[in-house]
Amino acid sequence: MIRPDAPVLLEIRDLHASVADQPILHGVNLTLRAGEIHAVMGRNGSGKSTLSKVLAGHPAYTVTGGSVRYRGEDLLALDPEQRARIGLFLGFQYPVEIPGVSNLEFLRVATNARRQEGGEEELDTFAFEDLVNEKLQVVQMDPAFLERSVNEGFSGGEKKRNEILQMALLEPVVAILDETDSGLDIDALRIVSGGVNHLAGPDNATLLITHYQRLLDAITPDYVHVMAHGRILRTGGKELALELEQRGYDWVDAEPAVLEAV
Amino acid sequence: MVAAPLTTAAAVAAPVHPWVGALLAGLPDPAGLRPESVLAAQAALAAAGLPSRRQEDWRFTDTTPITAVDPRLLEPGAPAPLPPVAEGHQRVVLDGRAESLEGIAWPEGIEPLGDEEAQAVLGRCLGTAAAKESDWPVLVNSAMSPAVLGLRVRGAVAPVLELVSDAGEAQGVLPLRVVLLLEPEARLELLQVHLSGGANLTSVVVGAELTSGAELRHGVVATGAAGSVLLARLAIRQAPGSRWSLATVSRGWGLVRLEPRVVQSEGEAETRLRSLQLVDGQQIADTHSRVRFDGPGGQLEQLHKVVADGQGRSVFNGAVVVPRAAQRTDASQLSRSLLLSDRARVDTKPELEIVADDVRCAHGATVSRLQEDELFYLRSRGIGAAEAARLLLRGYCQEILGELPAAAAIWQAPSFSAGPETP
Repeated sequence: MIRPDAPVLLEIRDLHASVADQPILHGVNLTLRAGEIHAVMGRNGSGKSTLSKVLAGHPAYTVTGGSVRYRGEDLLALDPEQRARIGLFLGFQYPVEIPGVSNLEFLRVATNARRQEGGEEELDTFAFEDLVNEKLQVVQMDPAFLERSVNEGFSGGEKKRNEILQMALLEPVVAILDETDSGLDIDALRIVSGGVNHLAGPDNATLLITHYQRLLDAITPDYVHVMAHGRILRTGGKELALELEQRGYDWVDAEPAVLEAV
Repeated sequence: MVAAPLTTAAAVAAPVHPWVGALLAGLPDPAGLRPESVLAAQAALAAAGLPSRRQEDWRFTDTTPITAVDPRLLEPGAPAPLPPVAEGHQRVVLDGRAESLEGIAWPEGIEPLGDEEAQAVLGRCLGTAAAKESDWPVLVNSAMSPAVLGLRVRGAVAPVLELVSDAGEAQGVLPLRVVLLLEPEARLELLQVHLSGGANLTSVVVGAELTSGAELRHGVVATGAAGSVLLARLAIRQAPGSRWSLATVSRGWGLVRLEPRVVQSEGEAETRLRSLQLVDGQQIADTHSRVRFDGPGGQLEQLHKVVADGQGRSVFNGAVVVPRAAQRTDASQLSRSLLLSDRARVDTKPELEIVADDVRCAHGATVSRLQEDELFYLRSRGIGAAEAARLLLRGYCQEILGELPAAAAIWQAPSFSAGPETP
C-alpha cells in the first residue's frame, strides 16, 4: 500500500559494507514507508543477503560508508539485540539450529525482550503459552514444535514457519525476509506467504529478498528493486518482477550502472 | 615396584612422600576381613608416593591440590542441610563411618551384601590392574580401608537409590567405598552425589558387577569448591546382555579425577558413557575412562563434554581396548569441548587399542567457542549477548544433564552447588 505521506520507517543511504575485507555493498539506497511491501531481487552474489545481514547487525559484516536510519534513529549504532527490540526483524534464509535450547523458551525470552522495550509487562509461562498458541494458527504449526530444540531436526518448511511464528510474536515494524521462499514446497509457500500477508499492515513495512517470482505471486509487492554488484540498479512496480521472470538477469549486465561498476 | 614388607607402612625403608607418609602414619591399625590386603595397599601407596606428571596417566594433571589437603582422615562434622529427598528416591548419606550404614531400611530388591562377597565382587571389578601405580585413586582408597556399602540387587528396584556424601568445609580425607552386585535381569537407577565446600579430598571407589541382562542407570553429580579434591574410580564389570548407562556432571572442584572403567567380560553388552565437566578459575577436571571388550559383539557409545572458562584445565583420555576376541565390537567416542576463555586449556585424547579386525570404532574430538551464528540468531531476536551465551551454554550442557534422573536437578540448584557455606 503506497501512501506518499506515510512515515518513513527505514531509510538506507549510500550504504557500503564488506565482509572479511571484501567489499560487497557499493552504495545502496532504499526507503521504506509504513504500509509498503518491497521486494529485492537479484542473482546470487548480488549483495541481497549481505544487505539483510548488515541491517540486522551481523558482526561479520563491516559498514564502510553510508547511513541507515530507522524511524529517524541511527540504526547502525545499535547492537543486533537492540535493533530487534525496537522492531526490526530478520527472517533468516537458513534459520540456525540450536540444540538443547527449547523453542518455547527461546520464543518467550525473545518476546519478553521486545515487550519490555515497548514498556509492556513480561509474560509468564502461562500467559505466553496462550499467546503462542494463538500465533501458531498464523502459520498452522503443530504445537509439538514448541517442545523441541530451536529448529533442530526441523524440515526446511518447518524452519521457515518457525521464522514467521517469531515474526508473529515479535510484531516487527520492519520485517526483512531473506529468501523465505527457498526450500519451500507449494503448500509451505502458501502457508508462509499467508502468514506474511496476515502480518503486513498499514503501520509496518516488509522487505522481501527473493530470487523468484513465485513468492511475489503470493505476496504482492508495492515496489520491486533489482540488485546487482552491491547496488540497486532499477526500481519499479510488481511488473518489473514479471519482466525479470521472462528476461532473466542477463540484461542487468548491460545496464550503464553495472558497466560503470565493473 | 619395591617389594614392601607386610608390616606397618612406617617400616617401609625408602623415603616416602611426606604427604603420603603423614596420611599413613595417622591411619588406625587395619581391622576387618583382610587386614593383610590393607597393609599391602599401604605399603604400595608408600612406595608409589603421589602421582606425578612424569607418569603418562597424569601427564596433564597437576596433583598439587592433593598436597594442600590435610593428610588425615576427615572427622565428619555436623551434617550439612541437604535438599529434601525427591519423591521416588531413597537417600543414603555416606560419611565414611560403618555405623552410618547400619539399620537402613532398604527398598524391595536391595539387601546388604556380606563382607566376603563384597570383597570378591570388588576384586573382580577392579581386576589385577588395581595394584599399579597408575591406579593411585584406588590405592589411596584401599590404604584407608573405608567402610564398605555392599548391596545385592534383584529384580527391578522401584526407587532411585541416591548415595550422597558431603565433605563440607572439614579438613582431611573422606574415603568411600560402594560395591553393587546386580543379579541377572536386575534393574537399578543409582544417583551418586558428592559435595564439598572446602579443602578436603573425597576418595571414592565404586565397584559394580552387572550379571547377564542386568541394567544399571548410573548418574554422578559432583559439586566441589576451590581447594576441594575428588578422586573417583567407577569399576564396572559387565556380563553379556547387561547395560550400563553412566552420566556424570562435575563442577567447582580444585581437582576432580573421574575414572570410569568398564570390562565387558565376554562382550555382547551395552555401555553408554555421558559426561560433562565444567572448569573455571584455577580448577582442573580430568576424566580417564577405559572400556575393554573381552568378547565379541560389545557396544560402546561415549560422549564427553567440557566447558572450560577462566584458567580452568580439562583433561580427557578415553581408552578403548578391543583385543582379538572382541570381533564385531561397535564403539563410538566423541569428545566435545567448549572454550570460553583464552586462558583455559583442554587436553583431549582418544586411546584406541584395536587388535580385532571386524570392528567399528569411531572417534572424534572438537574444541570450539560458542558458535557465532547461534549467538547472532538469538541476538537478532532481541536476546542480549550475555543472556544468549547463557542460553547456548545451558543448551550445550542439557544434552548430558538430561540423562540424569529428573530429580537430580535439585543438586544443580545454586543454593546447594556452592557447598555448605550457603545456608
